[in-house]
Amino acid sequence: MFTKYLESTLKEEDACYVEDVAAGKGWLHLIKKGQIFRILDLKGNQAVDTLFINANDPSERYSVQQTVQRQANCLVGVGTKLYSNDDNPMLTVIADTCGDHDTLGSACSCESNTCRYSLDKRYMHACRESFLKVLLETPNLDKRDQVNNLNFFMYVPFDEKGNLNFADGISGSGKYVEMRAEMDVFAVVSNCPQLNNPCNAYDPTPVRMIIWDSKESV
Amino acid sequence: MSESKVLCEQVIAGGWNYSRIVKRGQKIRLTDIEGGANASLMCYNAHNFTERFNLGDTLKIQHICRIAKNCCLYGDMGRILLSVVEDTVGWHDPLCGCTHASLIKERFGEKDYQSAHNDFYRNGYDSLLVEIGKHGMTKRDFTELVNFFSKVVVTSDGKMTFVENNSKPGDYVELRAEMDTLVVIDTGMHPLNPSKEYLRKPVKVELLTCDIAGAEDPCFTWCPENGRGFINTANYNL
Repeated sequence: MFTKYLESTLKEEDACYVEDVAAGKGWLHLIKKGQIFRILDLKGNQAVDTLFINANDPSERYSVQQTVQRQANCLVGVGTKLYSNDDNPMLTVIADTCGDHDTLGSACSCESNTCRYSLDKRYMHACRESFLKVLLETPNLDKRDQVNNLNFFMYVPFDEKGNLNFADGISGSGKYVEMRAEMDVFAVVSNCPQLNNPCNAYDPTPVRMIIWDSKESV
Repeated sequence: MSESKVLCEQVIAGGWNYSRIVKRGQKIRLTDIEGGANASLMCYNAHNFTERFNLGDTLKIQHICRIAKNCCLYGDMGRILLSVVEDTVGWHDPLCGCTHASLIKERFGEKDYQSAHNDFYRNGYDSLLVEIGKHGMTKRDFTELVNFFSKVVVTSDGKMTFVENNSKPGDYVELRAEMDTLVVIDTGMHPLNPSKEYLRKPVKVELLTCDIAGAEDPCFTWCPENGRGFINTANYNL
């Protein structure tokens, strides 16, 4: 239903914002309506847990269930519109060199790690720690805004029998996903520090955030 | 094992919202009276609404993309809110969310209260928002939900297909509370149900007594991950 791979024509030197985010760090930034936002997997196989919140009304945010319902498909690729809980498109994926980004696995946490791996895995850094830190540092945001997030560059295959698994990543060094904001949004990212499964190839690495202005956004 | 006793029961009208607290030591039985019902269900720790159903944790802890007997609905704290102790249906959809006013209007047009009185078209999102509002919550507390009685198959390319006739008249599912849990339900139609007509089907809800799960419980032993989830939950309930 969507084109699997499509390269962008945009060049990094024309961007208005470029920032590398180390593994284990949170990041929050305003993406204005019309701006183009790219996440670049610098070293490969790095899960980038991502939320979007309407910058003018935090009660509207990315909704996995609205997104998969509206396209009757639970993978993200070129053409995917990321919908909000209010059934509005927040961003549209316009370029992608990786494909099959995960919508279902959401963020790792210290607490869920105790179930997934063992009770003594409680004290390892996790995405929900990074998310909460950046949400609580931002006015009017808190835990309630941490809904099920997207996982760019993470591969979670499933089948018609109802099974789901975390598999080796299909991303590589230099792969990217790019989207256009359809409204002013805060992008909230946790660059995943998980060491217990192959989502980061057991070696979490930095990713690059790149934003371009457009005629619409300036 | 002691016998379950029905404490109270009622029928949720088709297309309507409902909520109640189910305490540890209790379970609710949802029955599809006519066949083809859909019950969109959200759940929260009754004593701390910020601990709530977490879709990602529920799926990845149990390696599933459907809910069935012996599966658990996890909150976001590594603990279990509800476990599926009986299920005559076999597949419940945790992926698709609920209808919005916009979807109902696109597919069926408009029928408002002024013109149709209580026959007006309702939608899942507004109904669930109103119901959590009754407990003091807001839009920011709206989370993911599970569509009981509905089946949506996902193939490896991500494509999702609604499966008709998944639930027959009299089919039921029982959800045991592993901690005191606020259960919020809407009986509106499933958003991917291809019906040309707007649907609303009633669901009977019964509150029953039940035993506390031990280490031999089929939900506890269904996977090692659930065993650890039950241990976390038991520690929380001390």
